Amino acid sequence: MAASDYSVDLSQAMRMDAVPPGDWLMIAPLVITILGGALCLMARKNTDSQPKIAIIFLTLLVLACAGLLARVLDKGVLTMVAGNWLPPFGIAFTVDAMGATLALTSSIVALAAAVFGINDIDSSGRRYGFYPFLLLLMTGVCGAFLTGDIFNLYVWFEVLLISSFGLLVLGNERAQLDGAVKYALLNIIATTLFLIATGLLYGILGTLNMADIARKTASSGVDGPLMTVAVLYFLAFAMKAAAFPVNFWLPASYHTPRIVVAAVFAGLLTKVGVYALLRIFGLLMPEARLVLSDLIAVVAIATMLTGVIGALAQTDLRRLLGYLVISGIGSMLAGLAMGTGPAMAGAIFYAVHSILVMTALYMTAGVMRGLGGSYSLRELGGLYRASPLLAAAFLMLAFAVSGLPPFSGFWPKVLLVDAALRDGHGWIAGAILLTGLLTTIAVGRVWIYAFWRGGAEGTADGQLTASLAVPREVGGAAVWMPIALLLGLVVIIGLQPEFMMQVAQRGASTLVEPLGYLRSVFGDIVQ
Amino acid sequence: MRTVIFRTIAPYLAALMVLFSIFVLLRGHNEPGGGFIGGLIAASAFAIYGIACGVAAVRRAITFHPMSISAAGLFLAGLSGLPSLFTGQPFMTSQWWYVHMLGVEVPLSTPLFFDIGVYLVVVGSISSIALALEERESD
Repeated sequence: MAASDYSVDLSQAMRMDAVPPGDWLMIAPLVITILGGALCLMARKNTDSQPKIAIIFLTLLVLACAGLLARVLDKGVLTMVAGNWLPPFGIAFTVDAMGATLALTSSIVALAAAVFGINDIDSSGRRYGFYPFLLLLMTGVCGAFLTGDIFNLYVWFEVLLISSFGLLVLGNERAQLDGAVKYALLNIIATTLFLIATGLLYGILGTLNMADIARKTASSGVDGPLMTVAVLYFLAFAMKAAAFPVNFWLPASYHTPRIVVAAVFAGLLTKVGVYALLRIFGLLMPEARLVLSDLIAVVAIATMLTGVIGALAQTDLRRLLGYLVISGIGSMLAGLAMGTGPAMAGAIFYAVHSILVMTALYMTAGVMRGLGGSYSLRELGGLYRASPLLAAAFLMLAFAVSGLPPFSGFWPKVLLVDAALRDGHGWIAGAILLTGLLTTIAVGRVWIYAFWRGGAEGTADGQLTASLAVPREVGGAAVWMPIALLLGLVVIIGLQPEFMMQVAQRGASTLVEPLGYLRSVFGDIVQ
Repeated sequence: MRTVIFRTIAPYLAALMVLFSIFVLLRGHNEPGGGFIGGLIAASAFAIYGIACGVAAVRRAITFHPMSISAAGLFLAGLSGLPSLFTGQPFMTSQWWYVHMLGVEVPLSTPLFFDIGVYLVVVGSISSIALALEERESD
């Protein structure tokens, strides 16, 4: 069958214009992580070379995502349709500032985790696939941030979910299997709801392309069936994002895996759920968001407050941090509940901040355990003497997570509180500020117990238990470099927030004013 | 299970099934078949061989660890999307080469390599599971 047998007018079915090589940056994150993951899997037995392969590919990933963000900021929303088939029939990758920013932040976190894993993951953990799972997790995360097709979003959720199962049970301890069962069950329910909602949406609108959905819901309005779909999506992604009251899987599982795995999960997984909520309710069904906004606001406030109160009640450092992850999700949902441009920008900015800070905090917790021998606040103590550097790092991260200046947590809270007060959402503003205060107390407790107190519970003030007076080895550059990288970003964003502000506003403006997004997919035919 | 008849037949049966799986893989572009179903057939061939002659014999016969075969398949499938980079087309746009071999025109394409990748992923992952289960049984 030679090619000359056919003469079909392909311009009816395909885009015939050439794709500039720069647009390949959209697909590069997926290709890099899949190829890197496959190479790491082939080198399964060679546990020394795996971290090297992973770090090389994750560095490439960071560069690709940075290039992508620069290109999006330069040229606006980008679209690439696989195989050149015209959208909505071809599966589209559509990248806007929000997706590119989150992909870049996630890739930096993954790189930090790969370096941190050199020390934290032993050779049996590597043989069972820490690095392949990490890279394939990033395939799922980046794919979810960059895709422009809602069924494709489901596929990337599955990819990241399956990789996360593998990471969660790495080590095969009883507690891990217990945590993994809860995590897996609830996440599979959420994913199934997502799939059901997507099926219903396809039945109603006859399309899966996000830009096409946005166009059709804008012209048809949101009626009963579409509202049902919207509520299903909200439930599914609220579960993924660990919003109140469907968040019990997170504190039940995040304290069980290796600390670097917990760090990656805390940084990335819940934020993908938040991203999906922002995308669906910001871009796809803005009218459904208007109807649901009161519900979202209640959920957001409840998530913030229950999260931080849970953190106050915990004595296990990892569980405490897990509750702080939940509390942060509430702040992002508050941005979605308000739905204005500045509020959405606040939510995007908060997501970036939360990815960096939560990962760094979990890593710091790992170092604290290395020095103090425990995650329990009852047993930790004397760490200030053991490592003043660690104390400084923890204090900065504690300030950042509480939203105190001059660190990255301050600015998104400013945006959110400002937006809330402007629109007369006093309750939301109050809840965000109260959560900030309670978070300060929660991390302050850790500071007082683990760093100031001389030893385990019961040590009198001014005493120092002998065993901690001699600093133990914590692991050198592989431990400190990733923390320093994330901490550096937290400080830089705190001191120079203009760039992040701009990027977050660009991302939010695409959600509020989707014309650029639609034009990127359908060309100038869209009015 | 290890009767003389089964043990004598199994190697031939397995060989035939692997051959058939490759046939199914290659006809898959235009007719029913393809990488996934071909991979399943090949994996069941290894499973049968494992039941008859033991898991160690299968592991020796396929040289590489099934997981590595899977990874190689994933790598190949990932690479097969890349050639369109050089023709100014998007990711995964199919590219065709018409090669003349022994007087016959053989159409080669990137979907073929993608399908071979799928075949290897399926062979590797399913036989990895099957061999692990059979190993347990023989303990």
